[in-house]
Amino acid sequence: MHSSGLSIWFFIGILLTIYGAMILGYGIFELVTHHTANVILANLHAPIWWGGLLLALGLMYGVRFRPGRNGK
Amino acid sequence: MVTAFALTGAPSLAHLTLLDLAVIAIYFVMVIWIGFYLKSKANTSEEFFMAGREMTAWIAGLSFVSANLGSLELMGWAGSAYQYGILAAHWYWVGAIPAMLFLGMVMMPFYYVCKTHSVPGYLKLRYGQGTSVVAAVSFAFMTVLMSGVNMFSMALVMKVVLGWDISFSIVVSSLAVAAYVALGGLRSAIFNEVLQFVLIWGGALLVPILGLVETGGWSGLKARIAHNISVGLIPAGDYTHMWHSMGHFSDNPMGVHWTGIVFGLGFAISFGYWTTDFLVVQRVLAANSLRSARMAPVIGSFFKMAVPFIVILPGLLGLVVLQNSDGSLMRLVGENVVKANPGAGLHSFNEVLPLMLVRYCSPGLLGLGITALIAGFMSGMAGNVSAFSAVWTYDIYQPLIKNNARDEHYVAVGRWATILGVVISIGAAYTVMRAQGIMDYVQALFSFFIAPLLGVVLMGMFWKRATKQGGFWGLLLGTLTSIGLWAWVKADPGALKYVALSPDARDMAENMYRALWSVSVSMLVTLVVSLFTQARPLAELNGLVYGATKLPTEEPVPFYKNEWFWTIIAIIVFFALNIYFW
Repeated sequence: MHSSGLSIWFFIGILLTIYGAMILGYGIFELVTHHTANVILANLHAPIWWGGLLLALGLMYGVRFRPGRNGK
Repeated sequence: MVTAFALTGAPSLAHLTLLDLAVIAIYFVMVIWIGFYLKSKANTSEEFFMAGREMTAWIAGLSFVSANLGSLELMGWAGSAYQYGILAAHWYWVGAIPAMLFLGMVMMPFYYVCKTHSVPGYLKLRYGQGTSVVAAVSFAFMTVLMSGVNMFSMALVMKVVLGWDISFSIVVSSLAVAAYVALGGLRSAIFNEVLQFVLIWGGALLVPILGLVETGGWSGLKARIAHNISVGLIPAGDYTHMWHSMGHFSDNPMGVHWTGIVFGLGFAISFGYWTTDFLVVQRVLAANSLRSARMAPVIGSFFKMAVPFIVILPGLLGLVVLQNSDGSLMRLVGENVVKANPGAGLHSFNEVLPLMLVRYCSPGLLGLGITALIAGFMSGMAGNVSAFSAVWTYDIYQPLIKNNARDEHYVAVGRWATILGVVISIGAAYTVMRAQGIMDYVQALFSFFIAPLLGVVLMGMFWKRATKQGGFWGLLLGTLTSIGLWAWVKADPGALKYVALSPDARDMAENMYRALWSVSVSMLVTLVVSLFTQARPLAELNGLVYGATKLPTEEPVPFYKNEWFWTIIAIIVFFALNIYFW
């Protein structure tokens, strides 16, 4: 958004990447150890696909709006 | 990784793991980082109060919606959906979309072209100092008071949901908001609001998705609601139609009539809030061009229409999926019932969203959901204090206290006003904590000023003959009308049949009709007084009034970038949603 500084979308990209990695990591941990949380529909493994989605979006925004690129 | 964790050990709905706490902590680090990063870009008053008028349409539009999307908005309306069904979505559709589009397409050119810094600033240009000061003082006072009430309510929810100490929640969230707004000004508030908007969706969207999977989609949800009504598990009522039961006040649990929804909510309250409340208008004024300023509310309208998916739908799902530990259907109740039965394990309507989060979200996702609630609260509070700071500095301090200071002085005043706003909010929060009955009055107080302000702004913007005296007396008598009607019903509940046109009307209907009376009186008084007083020359109204303003010609753009194209699409979607859920 600001041509001479970091874009807000870059901040969002960083945050989503971190959150996505954490949640996906937990989802994989659950899958590997079969130590699932006591929540409804745990069999759908939401942390894996939701965490993966956040990670993908985060990486996309982080790269697209990284410092040095004049992205709006 | 799955260790239960609470800050006080108090009983709570949710138990956060270290992973959840890490998610919340990272969010706080990020917002403070943004504040420090943007400090160097908030050196002039134009940068501090107006974000340098450099925001793109998307950023201004998301910030515009986010400033309104507080956590109480999320949890309160989810609770209302549990209680009243899809009727609650009226506040997101007819109660928002027409006003947002009207702001963008019709009113924004005048706000933008006259280069005002605030809504009271527009009133000063149009009607003079008196009207502006009345509007500025009432806005500043109510903004920080509302901020405090919301702060207390949020802290209360954090206590119930997470077991957190109330003072801990108030102090931590206030310090974070004070830091990033005082450092980076409006730009920092807007950046954080966009970030918070993304987090709200990222944290809350999973609930309706999993809820619909569990119930078998929308048709499955409707079938289960109908079944639960037939066996007496939930009160009878039409939970899935928006207009069917609007024919009479007594046909629906809200006690409202379609005329109240369309004219009271859809016009007086909605237009008052979305087009004259500086809290939201400030975000659009920060846009980098007139086209962006017009496009921002249009972009915001699409997201506003989508919000019921993460607010109303979880409330409806809660009606059929929430269960007690013994497997029976959980019944949520009012706050008064919870208070009257301590230790009974009851939950209030407002807890439906946190309960749904706990039901579906495993570690990490739960932290993200809780972060969404905190983010919602902080975006609302940042909106309040940044708007307070601008109105205090430009519309109260500068004209009444120190007129000819250097620009840096006003930036410093703005930073201190931000901190002062937070401190007063904290004071208001603790006052409310001691006397919680005040909350009902504060909600009513806020409504006193919004509707008459709408009447005066509309008359000033679209009628060249409106005069300084007309605006002042219109605002004053419109406000007194609102206060008078409220006091009349308080003193004599039988007066409801006159104020809301029916003895069957309930609180929400009363608010709608009171706003409608108030805006009508303010417009009528402005009209009559203006006809008997001296109008300003036409040349002085350039940039302020329809018919006296030559709007700048905008560069032609492809149709898919044109604001009118997207306005038409928004109108079509708006009607389609209302017809589908009729």
